[in-house]
Amino acid sequence: MTEIIKAKDLGMSFGDQDVFENVNFTIEKGSKTAILGENGSGKTTLIRIIMNTLYPKSGWLMICDKENGPCKIGYVPQFRDIDHDFPLSIRSFVELGAPMFKNAEYKARVAEVLDKTELTEIADYRLGRASGGQKQRAYLAQALLDNPDLIILDEATASLDPVAKETLLSLLDRLNETEKLTIVFTTHDIELARAHMNEYIFFANGTATTGSMKDFDLGVHHV
Amino acid sequence: MFSYDFMQYAFLASTLIAITTGIVGVFVVARNLSFLAHTLSEIGFAGAAFAVFLNIQPLWGMLLFTLLGSVGVGGLSLKTDQKESSISAISAFFIGLGILFLSISGSTSRYATSILFGSIIGVDFDGVMQLVILSIIVLLIIAIFYRKLTFTSFDTIGAQAHRLPTGIISLIFLIILAMSVSIGSQIVGSLLVFILLTLPASSAKYLGKTVPKMMMWSVGIALVGVWLGLWLGYMTNLPVTFFISLIEVIIYLIVYLYHLKNA
Ligand SMILES: Nc1ncnc2c1ncn2[C@@H]1O[C@H](COP(=O)(O)OP(=O)(O)O)[C@@H](O)[C@H]1O
Ligand SMILES: [Mg+2]
Repeated sequence: MTEIIKAKDLGMSFGDQDVFENVNFTIEKGSKTAILGENGSGKTTLIRIIMNTLYPKSGWLMICDKENGPCKIGYVPQFRDIDHDFPLSIRSFVELGAPMFKNAEYKARVAEVLDKTELTEIADYRLGRASGGQKQRAYLAQALLDNPDLIILDEATASLDPVAKETLLSLLDRLNETEKLTIVFTTHDIELARAHMNEYIFFANGTATTGSMKDFDLGVHHV
Repeated sequence: MFSYDFMQYAFLASTLIAITTGIVGVFVVARNLSFLAHTLSEIGFAGAAFAVFLNIQPLWGMLLFTLLGSVGVGGLSLKTDQKESSISAISAFFIGLGILFLSISGSTSRYATSILFGSIIGVDFDGVMQLVILSIIVLLIIAIFYRKLTFTSFDTIGAQAHRLPTGIISLIFLIILAMSVSIGSQIVGSLLVFILLTLPASSAKYLGKTVPKMMMWSVGIALVGVWLGLWLGYMTNLPVTFFISLIEVIIYLIVYLYHLKNA
């Protein structure tokens, strides 16, 4: 297997407040990794370092290369700031995210990601009136536009009911199987992660431990 | 009414103004920057007064001040937490400055009135040509950056997640906003130009399902306002700006109430 991301001795702090140190992990191509940990443990901070919007205080992070530049990462942030008074349809919301495509590709590409996220039938519904799960799928669709090798979802299931959680995770499972899409998913829902992810990076006590999701035991990790 | 030259010019000018402010307004509303349009109107007034003081055309003073002001105030408001109080301090300062310039240039109060409240007889052939050129520049910039501008305006966080240079795109937006304030002030005056930059787009935000449709609604509503306003002003001899604001407010209220009923 090839590595898509490798982190070595990563450390981060804000001012004199340390968030984590000595974080080591690799994310393999085609894997499904859960980033676990309580609120404030550093999950989003790690993602922002991966996305290159924050610089680590120490250590380094490698992102794989392809023939034409670095591997592409799609990102679904934890919070969104969208004015739902605008009667934007799901389709036009997804279209917003395609500024890099030429006109000819544009519609086809949007149709393709709507299809992949199973939104085609409801593409003309208002985003503002869509359910939480449909919104997350719309955000996912937008993040898939650029055909990423890796997709990172930050707390995508945090406000979803159990059925919507299952729908979203099954969709991610299918994308992982059929498209070989690598998935990184933060959550505090251990059972959900156990059912759908295969690796974990667990933040606690100012550092992170890693391993295979089936061996994850909260009892051992909790202090 | 078109038998008068000045009415033809006013009609042409207000058509251009409605198209430009209607489209730019959609971004203003999406970015939640109505207060900035308002502040820039006041900065524009000071700029126009400065131009009067220098004895050059008010439009150039306005452009200068609003361009500097939008980058300054816009940059400030993107950063500081004390948006409201710092912005009202800046507004107050510029209104004061405008009054000072007008008074030391010894210009008549009629001049001040037409800068503040607009005037339909103030636009001549050269004025229309200037508006044509400025509007074309604004619309061209929007056309070039259209998709990036809409993405960063409607979904800032998504645009950041796609690694768009949101800072630079915001700067481009601030520049077209400044130009639109200067353009819009020509007929409706600097005091009320923010109406054209906020109300038609605020109404449109309840109406169009896609961004282009929102722009069409916004331009349409702005056009209804300025055309009807011009005609009513011509018929009644009352200020055009009064009618334009009245019409835009009425349309907004109708659309908003309709939205509440159906929400
Ligand atoms: N920009 C920032 N400035 C200062 N502190 C921050 C910043 N971002 C995050 N933090 C702090 O870093 C810690 C980790 O935050 P975060 O990564 O968002 O946690 P999680 O996503 O696991 O809930 C928290 O204590 C948070 O307050
Ligand atoms: Mg977080």
